[in-house]
Amino acid sequence: MPVLEIPKEKWSGKVREITLGATQAQGGSRSRTVAVGGETTLPFLHFEGANPHPPVIAIEVQDRQPSDWSSILIDAWQGASKDVESWAKAAEAAGADLMVLRFTAHGQLTPDYARKTLRRVLKTTGLPVIVFGTGQADLDNDILVAVAEEGKGERLVLGVCEEKNYRTIVAAALAHGHLVNARTAMDVNLAKQLNILISDMGLSLDRIVMDPTTGALGYGMEYGYSVMERLRIAALQGDSMTQQPMLVTPGEEAWRTKEARAGDGVPQAWGDWAERAVNWEVLTASSLIESGADIVVLRHPQSAKRLHAMINALTG
Amino acid sequence: MALSGLEIYKLLPASSKNPAVKAHGNCKECGFPTCLAFAMKLAAKQTELSACPYVEDESKAKLEASAAPPIRLITLSGAGQKLEVGNELVLFRHEKTFYHPAGLFVRVKDTQPDAAEVAKKVAGYAVDYVGMTLTLNGIAVEAAGGNFGATVSAVKAACPFPLILMAEEPAKAEAGLKAAQGTRPLLWAATANNWQAMAKLAAQYKVPLVVRGNGDLDSLATVAEQVKGAGVEDIVLDPGLRDFKGSLAAATQLRRLALKKNERKVGYPLIAFAGNDPVLAGQHIAKYGSFVVLDRFNPADIYPLLVLRANIFTDPQKPIQVQPGIYEINKPKPGDPLMVTTNFSITYFAVANEVESSGLPGWLLVADAEGMSVLTAWAAGKFDADRIAKSVKTTGIMDKISHKRIIIPGHVAVLLGELEEQLPGWEINVGPREAVDLPNYLKLQWG
Repeated sequence: MPVLEIPKEKWSGKVREITLGATQAQGGSRSRTVAVGGETTLPFLHFEGANPHPPVIAIEVQDRQPSDWSSILIDAWQGASKDVESWAKAAEAAGADLMVLRFTAHGQLTPDYARKTLRRVLKTTGLPVIVFGTGQADLDNDILVAVAEEGKGERLVLGVCEEKNYRTIVAAALAHGHLVNARTAMDVNLAKQLNILISDMGLSLDRIVMDPTTGALGYGMEYGYSVMERLRIAALQGDSMTQQPMLVTPGEEAWRTKEARAGDGVPQAWGDWAERAVNWEVLTASSLIESGADIVVLRHPQSAKRLHAMINALTG
Repeated sequence: MALSGLEIYKLLPASSKNPAVKAHGNCKECGFPTCLAFAMKLAAKQTELSACPYVEDESKAKLEASAAPPIRLITLSGAGQKLEVGNELVLFRHEKTFYHPAGLFVRVKDTQPDAAEVAKKVAGYAVDYVGMTLTLNGIAVEAAGGNFGATVSAVKAACPFPLILMAEEPAKAEAGLKAAQGTRPLLWAATANNWQAMAKLAAQYKVPLVVRGNGDLDSLATVAEQVKGAGVEDIVLDPGLRDFKGSLAAATQLRRLALKKNERKVGYPLIAFAGNDPVLAGQHIAKYGSFVVLDRFNPADIYPLLVLRANIFTDPQKPIQVQPGIYEINKPKPGDPLMVTTNFSITYFAVANEVESSGLPGWLLVADAEGMSVLTAWAAGKFDADRIAKSVKTTGIMDKISHKRIIIPGHVAVLLGELEEQLPGWEINVGPREAVDLPNYLKLQWG
């Protein structure tokens, strides 16, 4: 006779399953597709539900060598970051499940340049690809439309789609068979609202990834963490507008911090610079994985390794 | 979990099966007309059980148990440092908040020659985060075959923080307890094999006792009950799992049992071990560990973990704010730059720390944005041209500076035009988006 009655939640809903990428048979050229979502309980609670697709790691490469990245990060890529093709190759070798190609704003950035760059990345890697724009709406509309056309059939994820710019990007996704990354500012209702607006345009819910906006450890992480827990609970309780898998960007956020960028003039209590910098990305990411992240976008190869180990330990 | 009025009524004299007690039912001596009325008042916490002279002992125990916190509060003390953990009321911080930040400990073995040295480093470790000083909470000393008592003494002398004494042999445990006298350490651990002797020691030395399982929660609960029966009420649970998956499941199940089923057998805080893995420690901090033990003192791991703890245990309804107003950095003169930002603590400290550490002098005007960051406040309409202009006009900053240039955060560059209208005669400069780029900006633009 058991002493304790282990409480198991009976959830009525589940997270939607979404597939990124398309193989040749499906109209693309990826060597494999990646599925995320499908959870029937809170993160990793295997005693009461299923986790059919473990969280996946995306590594971010930029269209050209970043000028303002922490030297710790540039050194980690050992020169591969000079060129998008060598970088994509190195990112795949570092164990990425997905590739993020981010465009940056500079003189050469034109729709034509964007097409060519995407083509080079698609040629170099067989992983499903996520494309992020520069963050400047006027530029991104042109860039992402061009990318959507060029990548037709590949089931790319186009980002970042926000309330202020989603129409153009969603139209491009609809026209060419892509998905979108829908980002809102750490708010459950805003997240639902954007999902509704996007699906009202005709993009099916299995082509929307939710991005609740990421704050780095110490710089607002817990706001996103709690929004994610609330979204995931709502999803499991059957709220269909919250049932999208979630994408987070700890790489971008953590490597912006002083902890990651500064090696001099910081307290001794901060410890070794390189170790601390990577820990900053890793602990931001690991906390968000515990709160339900399905796609985790990272920048450092060591972080990818450590988080894969964590994910394996939780789902193995 | 509190009992309802009706449930309480069933435990009062009017409901008693004992005729002698039932005869006192509705006696009015508590000040209320009936036992039912008294029960309702008790449920609303508007009276005390002690007002009733006739409630039976068994009922009293049940009523007291239900009023007790679902997860016991455990207190440790060192030579002047206290740690309180437990008494948590929710599964998710967004439901209300987590109340007692997990204690973070570093473990040393009685076989390691540098045990006292590590203890000293733990004692001396402090780091600033948004104006708060974050520190570790103590040392766990493990009996691994060396001189346990002597090591505990040495560690205690080097570190005034609470201790966790790790020994499963009662004789060793006692040696440690003797050496730790004058403090209130946590004793790890009682198991199915040694609980009688360990409970006796815990009762004798008046210390809280960890009950360690081997992965099975039923046997863990059984031993905890036995320890409680032996008179030790300050219990901490160690499910005995050291992996990610198993420990997450056990910690979640135990917290659910305590909070949702009011399961008194496991109504205690947890201790969790992270080894050398800060990622595992991070899981324990977020997911229900009250004592988290690391195997090494490594600032590059400890600093982010202390920040993580601060973040997870922040009350979601009280974002940390600073007082709006004028902040002087590095003794600014009237000709020095004026910057404006919001009164969210993280924002303020990001900006202030950058300028401070650059050595450059500056005036920092902190606008009341209801404790929100620059972007959040701007999106919510709480940091716009109106508010910035108001801040300039009402704080008296114009009396302190000799110029009319103000630097606005890069993220609100869009406010430029409107702010020029609100502050005629002023030059509005758009600063960088990230605080870390401020020193460079200031050197180039104000040099």
